[in-house]
Amino acid sequence: MELFKSLIIILMGSVLVNNYVLTRFLGICPFLGVSKKLDQATGMGISVTFVMLLATAATWPIQKFLLDRFNLGYLQTVVFILVIATLVQFIEIILKKFIPSLHKSLGVYLPLITTNCAVLGVTINNINDGYSFLESMVSSLGVGLGFLLAMVLFSGVRSKLEDADIPEAFKGIPITLVAASIVSLAFFGFGGVVEGLFA
Amino acid sequence: MKKTTNNPLSLLIKGLLLENPVFVLVLGTCPTLAVTTGVKGAVGMGIAATLVLICSNIVISLLKKIIPDTVRIPSYIIVIAGFVTVVQMIMQALPALKSIYELLGVYLPLITVNCIILGRAEMFANKNTVKDSALDGVGMGLGFTAALISMALIREVLGKASFFDIPLTFLEPYKISFLAQPPGGFFVFGVLIAIVNVITKGKAPFKKDFSCEGCPSAALCHGKCGEGEEKEARE
Repeated sequence: MELFKSLIIILMGSVLVNNYVLTRFLGICPFLGVSKKLDQATGMGISVTFVMLLATAATWPIQKFLLDRFNLGYLQTVVFILVIATLVQFIEIILKKFIPSLHKSLGVYLPLITTNCAVLGVTINNINDGYSFLESMVSSLGVGLGFLLAMVLFSGVRSKLEDADIPEAFKGIPITLVAASIVSLAFFGFGGVVEGLFA
Repeated sequence: MKKTTNNPLSLLIKGLLLENPVFVLVLGTCPTLAVTTGVKGAVGMGIAATLVLICSNIVISLLKKIIPDTVRIPSYIIVIAGFVTVVQMIMQALPALKSIYELLGVYLPLITVNCIILGRAEMFANKNTVKDSALDGVGMGLGFTAALISMALIREVLGKASFFDIPLTFLEPYKISFLAQPPGGFFVFGVLIAIVNVITKGKAPFKKDFSCEGCPSAALCHGKCGEGEEKEARE
């Protein structure tokens, strides 16, 4: 029961309170770039969640059984990015061969994920926070879902922006960032949610 | 793509305003928003990223004939990750830099996936001489640092009523703490881009929206992310 509680706290914490996009600023490029349409935002969000889970499943054992064991901690950045890049490429090949329908809907987003800092960020943060394997997986799931939630909410906000009358200098990127600021402000409301969850 | 002029001075200066990587090219948004709550973090991040950028630009420019075209992005990432590790180790080893190392935390290894560095490798270093690439690295690095500092100045002085962690007591009653919080980061960034838009009007390639142009990942997705959009528009 205690374990279950702590997992729920990690999950809710990473979905709502420490939302990677809106409070930690990781993965801003896809958040701003691919959030114009709802279906694209959903596709990107699901792909990122999927890759985060697999990347964590791959990097956690590498850190524990290889880097920590042989005192190679300083190689973390190089090894992790290499693993993530290879993994993404590998997933793309497998999907293309065996599940073409899924490849068609997610394939476009996969290459973009290699350079998504949220994926590298979540794998490094899991290690830094000293999570166990199970906790790491739950935290990655939470971060991915949080990313998906932010993308979906923001694509809704952006569709409203298209009809708005915006001052010339603010057209395009600036107004998108101001809108992101307001969405981020909304997530402030979740501040105390996790602490009060089991109180 | 626009042909870049290779006059050494213009290579150095263009990064500051006309081709500013943050405000005009809109690359490297994550560290820009994350580390600019204080000037100290901004300076640290700016210098660290500039060092990595100069070194990776030089090496990638040297290797441009050796790296096969099909695996160039992973190769660039490995070169960049190597230099990031070097910078990380230097910062950890020098006692004077230790506090900045702790302040930047996870954002330091994340320089590896900073779009500016990969973007400059893809857009500039792999088709220009070593000298030009090094100068481009210096110019872009300075532009990145200047952008970070200008954002951090606004956010720290107005949001936290301090400068370089030194409290400015006379500003204390007037501080707008919203600016130092995450939403304030997005807001200040948006306003600054709008200001730069007005200043550089007509002179800089005004980027209307996030598009494949200038996106380092465009080489990976072959412009497919934009294609999907067009298809939908037709339907």
